[in-house]
Amino acid sequence: MYTEKVMEHFRNPRNVGEIEDADGVGQVGNPVCGDLMKITIKVDNDRISDIKFQTFGCGAAIATSSIVTELAKGLTIEEALKISRQSVAEALGGLPPQKMHCSNLAADGLRRAIVDYLRRNDRIDRIKELGLEKELEKMEKGEMDDHGELCEA
Amino acid sequence: MAYFDYASGCPVDRRVIDAMIPYMIDVIGNPSSVHSMGLKARSALDEARGKILRLIGTEDGEIIFTSGATEANNLAIIGFGMRNRGKGKHIISSSIEHMSVINSCKVLQKNGFDVTYIPVDRNGIVRVDELEESIREDTILITVQHANNEIGTIQPVEEIGEIAREKGIVFHVDATASLGKINVNADRMNADMITLSSNDIYGPRGVGGLFIRKGVRVQPIIVGGGQEKGYRSGTENVPGIVGFGVAAEITEKEYREEAKREEKLRDEIIRRMLEIEDTYLNGHPELRLPNNVNVRFSYIEGESLVLSLDMEGIYASTASACTSKTLQPSHVLMACGLKHEEAHGSLLFTLGKETTEKDVDRLMEVLPMVVEKLRKMSPLYKKKKGG
Repeated sequence: MYTEKVMEHFRNPRNVGEIEDADGVGQVGNPVCGDLMKITIKVDNDRISDIKFQTFGCGAAIATSSIVTELAKGLTIEEALKISRQSVAEALGGLPPQKMHCSNLAADGLRRAIVDYLRRNDRIDRIKELGLEKELEKMEKGEMDDHGELCEA
Repeated sequence: MAYFDYASGCPVDRRVIDAMIPYMIDVIGNPSSVHSMGLKARSALDEARGKILRLIGTEDGEIIFTSGATEANNLAIIGFGMRNRGKGKHIISSSIEHMSVINSCKVLQKNGFDVTYIPVDRNGIVRVDELEESIREDTILITVQHANNEIGTIQPVEEIGEIAREKGIVFHVDATASLGKINVNADRMNADMITLSSNDIYGPRGVGGLFIRKGVRVQPIIVGGGQEKGYRSGTENVPGIVGFGVAAEITEKEYREEAKREEKLRDEIIRRMLEIEDTYLNGHPELRLPNNVNVRFSYIEGESLVLSLDMEGIYASTASACTSKTLQPSHVLMACGLKHEEAHGSLLFTLGKETTEKDVDRLMEVLPMVVEKLRKMSPLYKKKKGG
């Protein structure tokens, strides 16, 4: 079902845990749907110096979380925002079609952590420049995420 | 390796394989042929029928061979419904049936039938009082499984059968999960149709059967040359059917002892698993198949648990969303009143003839570690622990 790369990240997930004094926190998913992801980041001069994840979910959910932390570490926030569901799936050598939507939330979690970092530093202008107002709006409303029509919760 | 997924796939008994081989090499006749080679094949089919009827303790009907339990359920429900639609268009089933039953009922619903799905209690027992109340003038069929394939709960089929008999309603029992584990007796259950599967009693895959009591009329869903008394066309799978028959014969002799042995191992697993904190048993504590363990572990998701166990050479199963195409959690667990996240964290272990004490030890050596590892990774666990 999964590629060797997915299984490798599942077996040895990178950057598991939670940064206690994080500069940004992003949470996506819904345990009701079987996936919940929390990403914490440490940012120095707009560069992600550390990143950790915690995930409740299937093999794909854990593997995508792991690889997102690996891809994002050391990138500027602008670079990190280019990480998409698609690029995560590609980096893992592909995901089963039914997993593309439900379990591939890590990139969204990272985006939220970045928005949270900017929000905490009162950089709403920067959020707008990066086209993240919608994401911010959702976060303020406490909306989980767009989980797809497959999950009825 | 420790295999705990017998409900998904069983090895074929060596004695069954030996009995099948001549029917792939020597007795190659088509049972419909008039020559002696055909006759030999035909009598092999009849012999198998007799063995299966003996296993289910009845002489009052036929075994119609099918490609498996799914087809047998389709034939029993769609075939019976379409043949008897003139008598009424109401069917009663339960909310925890196998998908082949549920989807057969749905086919009938699309054809103007009304289906009532009786709810179950927290342990997965069908509410017989509600079932009785839902009977209408136009109810023609009650279809309830003998035991559930996921949670192992054994249903009060004798009680339901009695109600059905009293009201003159045909009663179909899906005995796929129970056959060879507990006593399946057609007459005691008052069953008019019973779905049977070969692989679940260590016979070959791709074979199953439907018991049809004398006088019950069913319309075929596969038509052609009129094999199986017209109920199921297509040249018979002779080696498969011979294997099914021998498997039934062996089961009849050996299942009681084996069930006792498996029950001990099952109880041992349940006892040790529940020692892991925040772990709960799904299904009924006593009215349960001797080979079934279904447990939920809070804060983690079933598929990641199955994959982690797999890496340690332990094979288990999940009915959780992520393994299916629909992404929905198990309808059985949801019907028992579990929350979505509880259903997602559930795991199924099914035992069989080759399960040993050593397998159980191996499982229980690995499982607590794996649960701990995944919980440490879960944001839900931390949250709970932090208050």
